[in-house]
Amino acid sequence: MAQSTQQGSPAGEPPEPGTSPEKPDFGTLTKFQPASLADSMHDSLPRWAPLAATGLGALVAAALLAVTDLHVALAVIAGTVVAIAAFTIASRAVEGERAATDRFVTSLVTVAFVLAMLPLVSVVWTTVSRGLARFDYAFFTQSQAGIIGEGGGAYHAIMGTLIVTGIATIISVPIGTMTAIYLVEYGGDNKLSRVVTFLVDVMTGIPSIVAGLFSLALFTLLFGPGLRIGIMGSIALSVLMIPIVVRAVEEMLRIVPARLRESSYALGVPKWRTIVKVVLPTAASGIASGVVIAVARVMGETAPLLVTVGLATSTNLNPFEGRMATLPVFAYYQIAFPGIPPQAFIDRAWTSALLLILFVMTLNVGARVLAKALAPKTR
Amino acid sequence: MSTTRSPLTTGRRRRPGDKVFSGTATASAVLILVVLAGVGLFLLAEAFPALTAPAEDIEGGEGLVLYLWPLLFGTLLTAVIAMVVAVPIAVGIALFISHYAPRRLSQGLGYAVDLLAAVPSIVYGFWGLQVFSVSLVPMYVWLEDNLGFLPFFAGPASATGRTILTASLVLAVMILPIISALSREVFLQTPRLHEEAAMALGATRWEMIKYAVIPYGRSGVISASMLGLGRALGETMAVALVLSVSGGVSFNLINSGNPATLAAEIALQFPEATGLRLSTLIAAGLLLFLVTFVVNFGARALVTRQKGGSL
Amino acid sequence: MSRQIDVSDLDIYYGSFLAVEKVTMEIRPRSITALIGPSGCGKSTFLRSLNRMHEVIPGARVEGKVVLDGQDLYGSGVDPVAVRRSVGMVFQNPNPFPTMSIYDNVLAGMRLNNKRMKKSEADDVVEQALRGANLWKEVNDRLGRPGAGLSGGQQQRLCIARAIAVQPQVLLMDEPCSALDPISTLAIEDLMGKLKEEYTIVIVTHNMQQASRVSDRTGFFNIEGTGKPGKLVEMDATDTIFSNPSVKATEDYVSGRFG
Repeated sequence: MAQSTQQGSPAGEPPEPGTSPEKPDFGTLTKFQPASLADSMHDSLPRWAPLAATGLGALVAAALLAVTDLHVALAVIAGTVVAIAAFTIASRAVEGERAATDRFVTSLVTVAFVLAMLPLVSVVWTTVSRGLARFDYAFFTQSQAGIIGEGGGAYHAIMGTLIVTGIATIISVPIGTMTAIYLVEYGGDNKLSRVVTFLVDVMTGIPSIVAGLFSLALFTLLFGPGLRIGIMGSIALSVLMIPIVVRAVEEMLRIVPARLRESSYALGVPKWRTIVKVVLPTAASGIASGVVIAVARVMGETAPLLVTVGLATSTNLNPFEGRMATLPVFAYYQIAFPGIPPQAFIDRAWTSALLLILFVMTLNVGARVLAKALAPKTR
Repeated sequence: MSTTRSPLTTGRRRRPGDKVFSGTATASAVLILVVLAGVGLFLLAEAFPALTAPAEDIEGGEGLVLYLWPLLFGTLLTAVIAMVVAVPIAVGIALFISHYAPRRLSQGLGYAVDLLAAVPSIVYGFWGLQVFSVSLVPMYVWLEDNLGFLPFFAGPASATGRTILTASLVLAVMILPIISALSREVFLQTPRLHEEAAMALGATRWEMIKYAVIPYGRSGVISASMLGLGRALGETMAVALVLSVSGGVSFNLINSGNPATLAAEIALQFPEATGLRLSTLIAAGLLLFLVTFVVNFGARALVTRQKGGSL
Repeated sequence: MSRQIDVSDLDIYYGSFLAVEKVTMEIRPRSITALIGPSGCGKSTFLRSLNRMHEVIPGARVEGKVVLDGQDLYGSGVDPVAVRRSVGMVFQNPNPFPTMSIYDNVLAGMRLNNKRMKKSEADDVVEQALRGANLWKEVNDRLGRPGAGLSGGQQQRLCIARAIAVQPQVLLMDEPCSALDPISTLAIEDLMGKLKEEYTIVIVTHNMQQASRVSDRTGFFNIEGTGKPGKLVEMDATDTIFSNPSVKATEDYVSGRFG
């Protein structure tokens, strides 16, 4: 009982051979078939072939370095090109064209990986090795008050970063979470939701310095020019944080299945309680990790703080009065405008950078741990 | 996407708890609206003096447009070079981790790239200034000697290495991890079904990637690249630290006369700026906002079109 | 020309876990061999070992021999890619490449091996493959449309067309109809009856009625308990397996006492 539609041939004419729906022309369908399986087999390069090719490349590079005065980078490039070419040509000869193309792409992808890892590893290595110079107790407990050259520390900057980022978090998390709740639970597809979704997208793309300028402009309009206080930085960072929080919470809320909410309504629980008691706890792990990641993102931002909070040399813990030092801005000034002796300033800058990396990495790892810890338990 | 309507909120009487809660939620959403409008309006307000001032009062003496143009040029040039370098390499890394590296390694490598994506941009600026720019000087000399007939490498090569090319490459290194991390996630989500379909046809690994992974991941890679582009356009500190600013519009990538970027100019000039000078800088910020807005918008349209219809 | 497959003492391992134990069977050319058995008994694993697809799972390996056309598929130096060219596969869930047209889908595998096909040759292959899959009449006027736009049954027939366009000698089908409606199922069973004139077909199915309808020979796989390896319990002409099996477990399964 075939599903194909039968096309009746005109009366009296036999159906054309090999073209009826029931019987294809197997001649065409075996035309390109290899005569035997062995025919489509090919030899393989030995398993040590990639290693041999790399060795060859290294040899060529070393030879070039020894014999000519070519720069190291050029010698390495030449060696790499030779290695890849040899490998691909050998593969083509032994294994055939398709395998050779595959080998070639594998080589390219591997080289891309190594090439990219070099600068990235260099960044981390440089920060760690140069940052250890001032990784001492004084750095964590002293500010720059009264220090002209060597000595002092970043205590004021560390505290400033914690305060400014902390206030930004306190502002951003409620606003971001409630906006996400609006979008997912109340807004549906209405006009406000679509506009807000679009605008949140736009917000994710705001350059950080523009966020800083916005805060500056806001406070200038309200309080006049020249004001530089901690909370201005927090507002600037909030502009950057809110869209991240909204996106993360929104995604988590959408993952919570509708039937969970429905069973709660069926029990007579009002909507707002359902959200607070059922939906949010289910999404908690994703929300928490999303928030932590947002904090990590803004903690290292320099530009918005540069234009709002400025820099101070002594410790100021009041976000509503006076300039505040923050770690990234502190680091920037130390390295961009070193005094005498310059090395002391540069050292302080690198240690601040190292500290920033450590904070950010800890937060990122912490976010993952948090996500696992708060996830609904299955065991 | 429909919201689940609670039977208790569709009636005429609503509990006070619901009213307060939904009111707060709505208020938050409206606040976003207000904030965005605020950004635009406040920037406009503060930039206004610069927009209306006579040409000779603006920095450089030739009016706002001619002041901003080299900055815009610098912003676009560095971003374009950064993208051209970063995107292919980032996709390569992503493919390597998702489809080439041995299983045991790939998770660890993935974590490493994710963490690198979190490194604050100012650290890249430090590295660019103190390590990278210096190491590039021999390359600039070589470029001038061998390819100096091209306008890009006409030289004379900078002795400090603090050139537009260096800044662009630092940006490339900076946006590499984020583009790679997002691309990798997309590649890992390629449906097993299509990968196996390709393999069962007798495809080699690269052929399988061509047939199943790349078509599936194309729009994701574009989104990731656009995110990287946004970062590159708006990056302030890395460029401010690395670039030695002294020039105007020029395609010469290796000499020491370089235009600044919009963001770097703001950061570098800001501490001393007051009054009209400050307004000019804010006008630059407004322009930067517009550029990133357009790029963002264009990217979303591109991705929507790739996916064929509404997202 | 289709070939016979001789499997001798095949053990299939995932890492150190033995999934299928000591299978010996003979798969005859120009026939349909069905593999039946309860879930988890290893029949799909065994099927996938015939074109080395089980190797996509890291740590998978075999001991024993699978000989096709005088060549041990697991011999040293044998490239799985070449094996899969001669042993095609159709999966349970239809999987045409979503970004390709129907025409390109059919030719996808062929193009890997024959880069320099003339357009007329390619058109011929597409037409005959689609006729072979009983899909030509339905789609010949829209070959440029995306493959993913067809119905489930049509997509599966497209996958069959794609598989036979590669010109394999053997066609493996892993529960090809379990995701389809009854009418599409019957269409594909009908198709199989015609394809067996040219190909060696091995089909895994959990639908016993289907096995008895289409196959010439049937192999019954069973598993003693979770964690134990699957085994080929009995293999014989389909009529015998279903009416007069020799092993009690086979009889219990085909009469529905378990499974």
